[in-house]
Amino acid sequence: MSKAAISISIPQPLVDIEGLTVHFGHADGGRPVVEDVSLIIHPGECVALVGESGSGKSVTARTLLNLAGNGARITARRFRLAGEDAMRFDAARWRRVRGREIGLVMQDALVSLDPLRSIAQEVGEVVTNAGLLRGRREIEERVIDTLARVGIPDPEIRSRQYAHELSGGLRQRALIAAAIAAGPRLVIADEPTTALDATVQKQVIDVLSRRVRDEGVGLLLISHDLAVVAEIADRVHVMRAGKVVESGPTAEVLSRPRHVYTRQLIAAVPSATSRGTRLSSARVDFEAASGSGDEDGQPQPIRIIRDPLPPRPVVSGEVVLDVASIGKRYRRRKGVGGGRETFVALDDVSFTVSTGEVVGLVGESGSGKSTCAKIILGLLKPDTGTVRLLGKPWSDIRESERRALRSKLQYIPQDPLSSFDPRYRVSDIVAENVWGLSRKQTLEHIVWLLDQVGLDSGFLDRYPRTMSGGQRQRVAIARALAAEPALIVCDEPVSALDISIQAQVIDLIGELQSRLRTALLFISHDLGLIHHVADSVLVMKDGRIVERGPVDDVFFHAAHDYTRTLLAAVPGPFAAS
Amino acid sequence: MTQTFDTTPGTRAEQEVAPARAMRTVRRRIPAGVVASGAFIALLLVAVAAPGLFTNYDPLAGDFLSILKAPDAAHPFGTDRLGRDVFARTVYGARYSLFIGIGATLISVVFGVLLGILAGQKSRLLDETNSRLFDIVSSFPTVLLAMLVVTFLGQGMFNIAVAVGLSGIPKFGRVVRAQTQLVRNADYVTHAHIYGRGHIEIFFRHLLPNVLVAVPVTATVFIGSAILAVSGLSFLGLGPQPPTPEWGVMLAESRDTLRVAWWPGVFPGVAITLTVIAFTVFGNYLQDVFEGRDNS
Repeated sequence: MSKAAISISIPQPLVDIEGLTVHFGHADGGRPVVEDVSLIIHPGECVALVGESGSGKSVTARTLLNLAGNGARITARRFRLAGEDAMRFDAARWRRVRGREIGLVMQDALVSLDPLRSIAQEVGEVVTNAGLLRGRREIEERVIDTLARVGIPDPEIRSRQYAHELSGGLRQRALIAAAIAAGPRLVIADEPTTALDATVQKQVIDVLSRRVRDEGVGLLLISHDLAVVAEIADRVHVMRAGKVVESGPTAEVLSRPRHVYTRQLIAAVPSATSRGTRLSSARVDFEAASGSGDEDGQPQPIRIIRDPLPPRPVVSGEVVLDVASIGKRYRRRKGVGGGRETFVALDDVSFTVSTGEVVGLVGESGSGKSTCAKIILGLLKPDTGTVRLLGKPWSDIRESERRALRSKLQYIPQDPLSSFDPRYRVSDIVAENVWGLSRKQTLEHIVWLLDQVGLDSGFLDRYPRTMSGGQRQRVAIARALAAEPALIVCDEPVSALDISIQAQVIDLIGELQSRLRTALLFISHDLGLIHHVADSVLVMKDGRIVERGPVDDVFFHAAHDYTRTLLAAVPGPFAAS
Repeated sequence: MTQTFDTTPGTRAEQEVAPARAMRTVRRRIPAGVVASGAFIALLLVAVAAPGLFTNYDPLAGDFLSILKAPDAAHPFGTDRLGRDVFARTVYGARYSLFIGIGATLISVVFGVLLGILAGQKSRLLDETNSRLFDIVSSFPTVLLAMLVVTFLGQGMFNIAVAVGLSGIPKFGRVVRAQTQLVRNADYVTHAHIYGRGHIEIFFRHLLPNVLVAVPVTATVFIGSAILAVSGLSFLGLGPQPPTPEWGVMLAESRDTLRVAWWPGVFPGVAITLTVIAFTVFGNYLQDVFEGRDNS
């Protein structure tokens, strides 16, 4: 992966933009969504746009296809695509650009692929539209060849399947295939790996970087994931509020960021080194970083200083949750019209969580994490084994008997918005979990709880749908705390949030956990995050726990092959080992 | 060098005074048809509450000296074959049409919601029995169903409301059933379970209010078709009987004199048409508003 060789000698860049500004809405009112952005992409080069939601990175990329959206006003000092002045393009010319000259890979493969059309039809359409090939056989061959190029096994069979029949990784690769089928010289990938598991993410990154390296395709990668960017991008532009705040070769920007925002962004990524500190307080120790390391061209690693979190509570021997060899099987249909087969979702899973302990649960989708969480939450009955909560029976008693203990076990979901009744205001939502207080006391208690999670009383009457993702998650945390629980199950609580918001929410959870000594079962696919928050970790695969132990032991000296695969799949400089 | 791709209109909004602009942001440009429909419904409601405001004539009192008079200043809609003022009869008729239409809708809503919620529960048996019941009821044409009801219960305003209401139950039942299933499996209901709320509490706090959200809009649209059905049945003689100034009855009565006088039939007909259109347009608008709000 040598990214140093940028071919400056090539005269014709694929993209050459200077001073791009995009406005939405009324003529001169409102701030531009993209302001004065300059971008150059050469063949065989991968350029990344990094930034948080609303930073304008997607709009910038879509402008290259003239798909910025309704009412977009685009101005630029220079806007050239492959040497041609794109400002003069008419609608017909833009249609030729899309697909044939620039391919777009979107984030959500399931939504981006038509459920009623086979993969071959989807990919074939791009070829047909580009008008490159006419004959049915030729198009078919091209499709299968393209599917093979993006590493889809058995392309003949896969091409006849539909989007829902493919796994997430294959779907994303099919989407890449559609983007490159007409042989565009530039591919735009908008968050191509965001929804994917670590190992699948690695496969997709490999496919994309091979296009760049082997075929000389230009790649514009849009991502908020610095690890992915570090893995394949040659140059990176960091965007914030519509402006590029910093740009340069990836290694240089990531290891010696100059702009405050970039430093914050990099330092806010949770990892082994950030344990016990406040992520959101992080800043780069620039003095130390700039000292040496320039001479041999090897950028030295960034040094980050962070404020410490309150000391972690001592894990006592008092067991809050005792999961004893639980198992769960499902009977499911084998394809259309096929017979039924038994699917083992959980197999002999045992672990305990003690007061003040944070236990991480990692594994890919389908590994049984969610089934395990459902059984612990008492929403699902295990086929075998038992769960005990605070030493009392839990999984094998009736729901009405469980109700008394319910308040001791709380839950923070991945998507808080869907867990709120759409008619409820913040105060109603939190009040739902406050028991046995008068109206006035309840209100006071809610104000106190909101204060604990960093929201002022002005939020009481707000509807969550008008709030940001981070604020919503704070409300969910306040609601969980309202019951004064002994254990909170956190299911991917920050995976939908931007890095800096994620850092704040993780800090909040960490701080409250230290203070209240609440036990946490922390489910995540982000190994760095688990390493940051957890005391011990359980690695799950195919419904079994394949490895367990203190986080440092497991992540630094992984014994099981699967754990090593997971760790190896963590890209870039943020890998745990 | 600057090129723009602009699809937004100019800045007329900026010239407006502040309150007007505020109003516009609260309720975005309401289509003229919706405003007209709303105004017509308001007018109907006034006619129902105080028909005396519109006319001094008694809708039942015939004047044998002025039979089948064409519309003029004294009788804007003319008079019918018994010399009754058609305008007065049309105004008073609003009361019958609306009462029966709304009554029928209420019957449909109450039973539709009840059966729909039951059908939306986990029990396969409840779902099957109720859903098949909906299928059976909706397989009968409204007129046939109404004839059956009238045969068993006799003629009359209440019975015609029951007949039309019965035929509307599947409509609400199916909407409510789908909504119940949606809400029952929503994350926030699962969460209420996790927090230890009981089934009955969850039903009243979360399920019922979120299920009922779908009802008012469907009901508004349904009132229109209920009024149409009621008029149709009255026309056939299954509803209120002459001399009741019900629109359908007026239509039926006008049939005999239609060759010599068009006005006793056309005006109640226009009233029916406008009422049905007004409720339908207004209901559809409400639907857009509510769906739009859900998305934001």
